[in-house]
Amino acid sequence: MAKTMKLIGKVTVGSGGAAYAEFTSIPGTYTDLLVTYSCRVDAAGYNNQASAVSFNGSTSNRSSRRLEGIGSSAASSTFASAMYSDITTGSSATANSFNSVEVYIPNYAGSTNKSYSSTHVVETNDATNNSIGCYAGLWSDTSAITSIRFTPTSGNYVQHSAFFLYGLTRA
Amino acid sequence: MSETPIAIEVNCETGEVVERPLTAEEIAQREADAAAAAAAEAERIAAEEAKAAAKASAIAKLAALGLTEEEAAALVGQ
Repeated sequence: MAKTMKLIGKVTVGSGGAAYAEFTSIPGTYTDLLVTYSCRVDAAGYNNQASAVSFNGSTSNRSSRRLEGIGSSAASSTFASAMYSDITTGSSATANSFNSVEVYIPNYAGSTNKSYSSTHVVETNDATNNSIGCYAGLWSDTSAITSIRFTPTSGNYVQHSAFFLYGLTRA
Repeated sequence: MSETPIAIEVNCETGEVVERPLTAEEIAQREADAAAAAAAEAERIAAEEAKAAAKASAIAKLAALGLTEEEAAALVGQ
């Protein structure tokens, strides 16, 4: 259990939107990292948009699994070459509905491969398109994580999407 | 919304926020990622549809053997 939790960076998306949100020069002085964010994208669709995660600008050696419920259906997916952290709303979803996401990255500055876990919830206040999901991701690289980027799989993050990076210390 | 994709980067050491247009390389990567994501989503939907079709087929065959629809559905987990 973390003893301290400190906000070390935040990205708030303005009226121009954002193709991605990235935290750079992350200091290696914490035990774990936690990213909390809320986003929506301008691409078409309800809850069929997603955010991809990359560490240190790398698009190699990434994999993830997703377990998800949308409406009354359940599904699971395996991604052999991508890391995802959420499902989020597109332009067809209820106006102003955003998702809520937490991404936990343990031992981010260590010398082993890097993993993360993530959960998302989308409450769109309609009858069929609410969504909840959890993710397990792996970056098979032993480098310390110094940057984290979130990229929508289609379109741009819309205004008022916001990302917060916290450093957690156990000792 | 801007026509040119914008990146927002926050330097966690200095707190500096940079908003800049994507480079050509980043735009190409973004398009490749979008195509991969669309392909993965299409694959997921196809798998779900195939699973649903197989269940419907199984129910029909069980019904032909004399089971009620409810009994057949219970056997295939619906």
